[in-house]
Amino acid sequence: MKAWRPFTQPATAELLVRQKDNTAESELFFRRALFALFAVFLGLLAVAGRLVYLQVLNHERFTLLADGNRIRLQPLPPTRGFIFDRNGVLLADNLASYHLELTREQAKDLDATLAELRRRIELTDADIERFRKLARRAPPYTGVPLRFRLTDEEIARLAIDLYRLPGVEIKADLTRRYPLGALGVHVIGYVGRIDETEMSKLDPGQYSGSTHIGKTGVERSYEDVLRGRTGWREVETNADGRPLRVLSRTPPTPGQNVYLSIDIRLQAVAEKVLEGHNGAIVALDPRNGEILALASQPVYDPNPFVNGIDFASYRALNTSKNKPLLNRALRGIYPPGSTIKPLMALAGLEYGVVSRHSGVFCPGFYRLPGSSHRFRDWKRGGHGSVGMDRAIAQSCDVYFYDLAVKVGIDRLHEFLDQFSMGRQTGVDLPGEKGALLPSQEWKRRVQKQPWFSGDTVSFGIGQGFFLTTPLQLAHATAVISQRGENFKPRVLYATEHPGTRVKTVEAPRPLPPVTVKNPRFWDAVITGMIHVVEGGTAHKIGAGAKYRIAGKTGTAQVFTLGQGERYNAKHLAKHLLDHALFVAFAPAEDPRIAVAVIAEHGGGGSATAAPLARKVMDAWLLSKYDDSATGIQPVQDGQPRGE
Amino acid sequence: MLTDDRVQESDGKLFKLLYLDPLLLVGLLAVSGLGLMMLYSAGQRNLDLVLGQGMRLGLGFAIMLTLAQLPPRYFRFWSPWIYLAGILLLLAVMVAGDISKGAQRWLNLGVVRFQPSEIMKLAVPMMMAWFFADKPLPPRWWHLVGGALVTAIPFILIAEQPDLGTALVVGCAGAFALFLAGLSWWFLLGLAGALGAVIPLFWTYVMHDYQRQRVLTFLNPESDPLGAGYHIIQSKIAIGSGGVYGKGWLNGTQSHLDFLPEGSTDFIFAAFSEEFGLVGACLLLVLYFFIIARGLYMASRASDTYARLLAGSLILIFFLYAFVNSGMVSGLLPVVGLPLPLFSYGGTSLVTLMAGFGMVMSIYTHRRTPTR
Repeated sequence: MKAWRPFTQPATAELLVRQKDNTAESELFFRRALFALFAVFLGLLAVAGRLVYLQVLNHERFTLLADGNRIRLQPLPPTRGFIFDRNGVLLADNLASYHLELTREQAKDLDATLAELRRRIELTDADIERFRKLARRAPPYTGVPLRFRLTDEEIARLAIDLYRLPGVEIKADLTRRYPLGALGVHVIGYVGRIDETEMSKLDPGQYSGSTHIGKTGVERSYEDVLRGRTGWREVETNADGRPLRVLSRTPPTPGQNVYLSIDIRLQAVAEKVLEGHNGAIVALDPRNGEILALASQPVYDPNPFVNGIDFASYRALNTSKNKPLLNRALRGIYPPGSTIKPLMALAGLEYGVVSRHSGVFCPGFYRLPGSSHRFRDWKRGGHGSVGMDRAIAQSCDVYFYDLAVKVGIDRLHEFLDQFSMGRQTGVDLPGEKGALLPSQEWKRRVQKQPWFSGDTVSFGIGQGFFLTTPLQLAHATAVISQRGENFKPRVLYATEHPGTRVKTVEAPRPLPPVTVKNPRFWDAVITGMIHVVEGGTAHKIGAGAKYRIAGKTGTAQVFTLGQGERYNAKHLAKHLLDHALFVAFAPAEDPRIAVAVIAEHGGGGSATAAPLARKVMDAWLLSKYDDSATGIQPVQDGQPRGE
Repeated sequence: MLTDDRVQESDGKLFKLLYLDPLLLVGLLAVSGLGLMMLYSAGQRNLDLVLGQGMRLGLGFAIMLTLAQLPPRYFRFWSPWIYLAGILLLLAVMVAGDISKGAQRWLNLGVVRFQPSEIMKLAVPMMMAWFFADKPLPPRWWHLVGGALVTAIPFILIAEQPDLGTALVVGCAGAFALFLAGLSWWFLLGLAGALGAVIPLFWTYVMHDYQRQRVLTFLNPESDPLGAGYHIIQSKIAIGSGGVYGKGWLNGTQSHLDFLPEGSTDFIFAAFSEEFGLVGACLLLVLYFFIIARGLYMASRASDTYARLLAGSLILIFFLYAFVNSGMVSGLLPVVGLPLPLFSYGGTSLVTLMAGFGMVMSIYTHRRTPTR
């Protein structure tokens, strides 16, 4: 082989002499071909070496990656448990419905797919906006709901073209339904779509397949019971994420059915009688704390909340001055007014400042020693000489002004606290307010002022800083009726396994009982309450009652009258009218129901609130349900376990 | 391994009549057969796909058989004309070609659309062989200029389309011919040295950011798992998860569940390695080596320079396909769209390759015996 000399001109002679030499060229080619073959060998050997590296040395890693590619865990959301009332009347169930889901990873072009869908079914901008919001936090290979409650026609229209719309799926699901609508909404509550704040607090494993969560009411407080446990299945998917076959399956555990202590017929009565008022009625069984009815007016229909209520409707509900979304039974805060007087009397007996037979003279006002300020009695001219019994029955303010001052705020606070006044009762419903049982310490801390004797005077008749919820009043009344026996109020009656239908009945949840030095103190107070209905301030509702009622009226001032002014309902705007209150239990000898009624700006307790309580007690004790309630039939195991 | 003439004469009356080399034919048939079997699996058991590919293979073998009947002097005579026609067609594509996938490669003749660049895969080695056939070898440097021009013109025209894969094949075809013609080692070494020196400068001063990114993605595909790196990552997963013995025919998950892109065309080697493992893949590589070795032997037995250079270049082009594809699929080389020869689904390059083998067969079977 000759060296190549590019820059030296070869001699012309050499050029002419050089001829083709086939043998030499053949040998040259053979050498080159052999070298080429060696290069080929090295090249293919390099590939083979690479294969060894991939298939032998890294085999396990790539096997894991291949399995990771094809195997996905899919959550199987559980079926939510049903809600029944104490007699098995259905309050919440699940309705099969169809919704449209879109998986971003599979939809190659999201905007084009959305446009395609828009040509076929109705998709509002709100739908798309919600989809985008949900899609932002969902992994790209999971389906995100786009439209709910597809009609049959829409399903048919979509089904034809589904194969051309990758990532689009029609999913059957169960939508929560509240068949009775607004009835009992403040107890039952509703479920709604999981929002972002909730999402960040939830166990992502348990909720990864779920779209809804209990927002208020029993739906929220018994979320864990109703929900069940998420199951999983391992599926083999292709590159588009489409599941091809199931490799293994852990079935979900359905949620338990929940039976409420509420009797929906009684609930209907309570809501009905309260109609037209803003207010609340709480009725419970004093022997075990079971809430029989918990009404708050106005009410609203929970069904639109399930898949997201539209903004306009929500704003209307939220800004209405009647505040329908407010659960007044738990969250409405009112001065207890005169309904507190039986407890005050009990405190007076307990601390020995009054006796059953001692009396005070009521001139129609009360003056603190060394003060000219007159604390008025509701009755101009006064009640004259009153003992405890008449003080309760006639609701004499002066008697209780005097009593409160004698007991003193510290001891009153301590005593009333035992009845859960001004603090949460611990009911199994979310959002209960504590309200306020004032104390010297509280006033110093919050109001930055010392406690004055005048504060104690108004405290004696449930005014001033004193605030309670209707539930607290009903609870305290129940404790009186049981002579100190104390149960935590609750709405859960029983849970039921959905498969075996085995019911687990909830045991009463006792609270520390209230004890007094002499059990006969209870008799004194209860007798006074009986006399409220029999000849006292609420004598009108006592007429014709087939059972004995013990009650107490209350009228809570919304604004304070100036010295020397007179309260005249006819001249006051509705929102300045007094709140009408009434607490009662019955039958007085063997109490089976305790009731608290509050009608905001209802005027007098005896005129407005007491008749409502009577109707509720009639319904419960005499099974007198009015027409609105007769339509509700037990759909479950039939027999009402009525009283 | 490489048989000599006596063996062929003793058992090959029929093959001699058909002007075919039985050993090369066996190699080609073996690879094609494996390819069809794999295609059935990679194509999700689509028999139509397999039948279509079988038809194309049949056409390819028919073309090979036809060309094998022609004595090599016909190829030599037609070489410059075919080359010239190819260049004209490439120019025509530039002016009036159809655009598909952003590249102007196709010429629409009303009845058929075809890629003139495909012709150049044969025309360039033919022209190179023709050019050096009457020159004394090893070539003089001014001959090199002529050879370089023969290669460079179609290379630039094809690279402009742009079709880098085919341009690479055409450029390499010229380079193979030069190498086989006896190009000086010094020149080759100098060329390699110059390339080594230029690349860092090129990287720093000439390449754009996106081009550098592309190279970096090749070096580390995981850096862009959803874009350019996706193919190669999935391909490596397919090969690696196959292990030594493979997942078995029809059991590849990567290819059957569509994770492997282009699983029946450019990336069929990954699907094959997934299902048949290291053992199967190495068997395939051995088959390719056998075909190439036999081909080079046949080339070296040719009677004249034209025939030697043409046959040798054609065989090395075949190697280029096999090496670039298997190297690309296994992540050894950058992603260049070359099919695995005789294996990947698709027709055009198959026909060209088989025509090349036809010429190799003709060159070997029509040689003047005894040659030496």
